[in-house]
Amino acid sequence: MEYKPIRKVVSGNYAAAYAAKHARVEVVAAYPITPQTSIIEKIAEFIANGEVENLQYVAVESEHSAMAACIGASAAGARAFTATSAQGLALMHEMLHWASGARLPIVMVNVNRAMAPPWSVWDDQTDSLAQRDTGWMQFYAENNQEVYDGVLMSFKVAETVNLPAMVVESAFILSHTYDIVEMIPQELVDEFLPPRKPLYTLTDFDKPFSVGALGTPADYYEFRYKIEKAMEEAREVIRKVGKEFGEMFGRDYSQMIELYRTDDADFVFMGMGSLMGTVKQAVDVLREEGYKVGAAKVRWFRPFPKDELYELAKNVKGIAVLDRNFSFGQEGILFNEAKGVLYNTDAHPIMKNYIVGLGGRDFTVNDVKKIADNMKAIIEKGELDVEVDWYHLKR
Amino acid sequence: MEIPENVKKRLSIPAEEHFYAGHTACQGCGASLGLRYVLKAYGKKTIFAIPACCSTIIAGPWPYSALDANLFHTAFETTGAVISGIEAALKAKGYKVKGEDGIMVVGWAGDGGTADIGLQALSGFLERGHDAVYIMYDNEAYMNTGIQRSGSTPYGAWTTNTPGGKKHFLEKRHKKKVIDIVIAHEIPYAATASIAYPEDFIRKLKKAQKTPGPSFIQLFAPCPTGWRSPTDKSIELARLAVQTAYFPLFEYENGRYKINMPSTKKEPKPIEEFLKLQGRFKYMTKEDIEILQQWVLHEWEKLKKLAEVFG
Ligand SMILES: Cc1ncc(C[n+]2csc(CCOP(=O)(O)OP(=O)(O)O)c2C)c(N)n1
Ligand code: SF4
Repeated sequence: MEYKPIRKVVSGNYAAAYAAKHARVEVVAAYPITPQTSIIEKIAEFIANGEVENLQYVAVESEHSAMAACIGASAAGARAFTATSAQGLALMHEMLHWASGARLPIVMVNVNRAMAPPWSVWDDQTDSLAQRDTGWMQFYAENNQEVYDGVLMSFKVAETVNLPAMVVESAFILSHTYDIVEMIPQELVDEFLPPRKPLYTLTDFDKPFSVGALGTPADYYEFRYKIEKAMEEAREVIRKVGKEFGEMFGRDYSQMIELYRTDDADFVFMGMGSLMGTVKQAVDVLREEGYKVGAAKVRWFRPFPKDELYELAKNVKGIAVLDRNFSFGQEGILFNEAKGVLYNTDAHPIMKNYIVGLGGRDFTVNDVKKIADNMKAIIEKGELDVEVDWYHLKR
Repeated sequence: MEIPENVKKRLSIPAEEHFYAGHTACQGCGASLGLRYVLKAYGKKTIFAIPACCSTIIAGPWPYSALDANLFHTAFETTGAVISGIEAALKAKGYKVKGEDGIMVVGWAGDGGTADIGLQALSGFLERGHDAVYIMYDNEAYMNTGIQRSGSTPYGAWTTNTPGGKKHFLEKRHKKKVIDIVIAHEIPYAATASIAYPEDFIRKLKKAQKTPGPSFIQLFAPCPTGWRSPTDKSIELARLAVQTAYFPLFEYENGRYKINMPSTKKEPKPIEEFLKLQGRFKYMTKEDIEILQQWVLHEWEKLKKLAEVFG
């Protein structure tokens, strides 16, 4: 079948809901939280209108139970989906480990929202990055299109390596902002994403088994190692699935870090999620003004794209890491990770960490320009002013 | 051992075993006996979800399992939610759930995992009406972590965090009536059961299987380790709990109450008979025993009234 996209103007949240529908998810268990709510409302609407078949919607009593129910459903062989944000994700934390430990390919959309207190419903990546070590893959979407594509690809990757995946979009900037999204006709989605073939299922009664029993010191270690092996395998699977997606639907995701005008760049801005849209726009403006700059958008944070980062770092003099998140007592989380990767390599560009946009603080093209000037000066001088720059601070 | 056909015919409890020897429960463990009966009643077309509790250990470490049925070990507070998810998946995939020939989804959790940390998920499960059975085996404390009080621990009981001592500090709260909380959800079927009355227990399990919607059974399951009782007295203790009306057996079915045991005509035995076999009650004074006795009789009267009016 020839690919003719269906163009719809939708919010990031609706893009997520449509993707779940097109992925033919079988169980959705979810609990509402701003700004995630419209994802699960839309899915409920699909059911109410008879637009989906065989989809069980479990309106649970908490996010902890949402993830637990998805885990039960996935262990019983279903394709399971949920969505949450901030406090909800934090409440799920224990169960996130359970999903990866039981090797269940659940896909969840997390709407990046700042953690309270103080209460905030606005964009901030600390919620999802705090789940870094749970064994979940993490895909950061720049725009609504990437939310849609990300969900479809994540299911495929997750079901190949038997690990859960999180698709992350930013509060309001994407979740509630409408944009054109090219959707894929159902038959082609089905071709790209066939029904799930579970690693195991609780409905296999001929050879009873148990999942998650006590793992003594004699075995626990190997279970962890296998998760790491699956994460390593995921890098290749992600590239392959991303390439296949590009060949089928014209948008190539084979690179775990998307490079934008980096070929001859002196230095690049690196970051994740919606803020990279702003950065790309700023790169165009700066290029016109004669700056040799580019953007490096980290699409997959887990598994971490080490090879792509190394390739990039070899060819630039500096990297400005933009973190819309913070690990207290240290620095921005992406900055920390990126520095860590490069230490044992021969690529050592000057790296500086700019903490930006926390709790939805506006981050504009103008800000990127200011950062460019600062980076330029640092590179010329060959030395950092500060390593971690709380860029917006009211002084 | 092969059971002779003529004996087999007289058994009201299924002869087949689906609970293997070699499980790791303590001697005299009521919970392990309960699990054995559940497996007898439901057979291997069953999916168990077991949260953190003694039964996690009883089932055995990887790669072993004492259960001849599929088992998903889950987090402490999630039994209600996990069985909801399993049931939803089975439905999405078109399986028959519950009923004589359907798949049985069974949540098997301790009193701590039910009355306390898991109460929210239990409530969600009941209220949403999933076709699954939730069995709370009640050993009246957190045994797996070394005998700490739970909401289901009775008045006067010693536990490691309600110890008896010079200042006479022990559990000052009556047992939380989880079954009443469950019934408040107006589910189709709820019952109490005891390992001392296996025929009654299995009958209730079968009823739960036949009744669509969520069912709940609270199973009284003595724990010699935590109760400081002789390992060969577990059945006797479970029977005394019923005979003293400390743990009466009854059913709640679509708004109707029915007492199964003890007899509503006879006076219950004095509570001391149940208490005296257990080290955990040794710090109780005469007044304490009287307080507990009054509570037991009060609750018993309440139940009798309910059965009378809504029987
Ligand atoms: C979130 C969480 N908190 C605490 C624990 C530790 N924990 C494991 S089992 C248990 C007690 C279980 O008690 P109960 O449900 O009554 O079952 P029993 O051990 O008596 O069989 C506790 C506190 C845990 N596993 N998870
Ligand atoms: S501690 Fe009690 S409940 Fe736990 S296995 Fe031993 S006897 Fe059974």
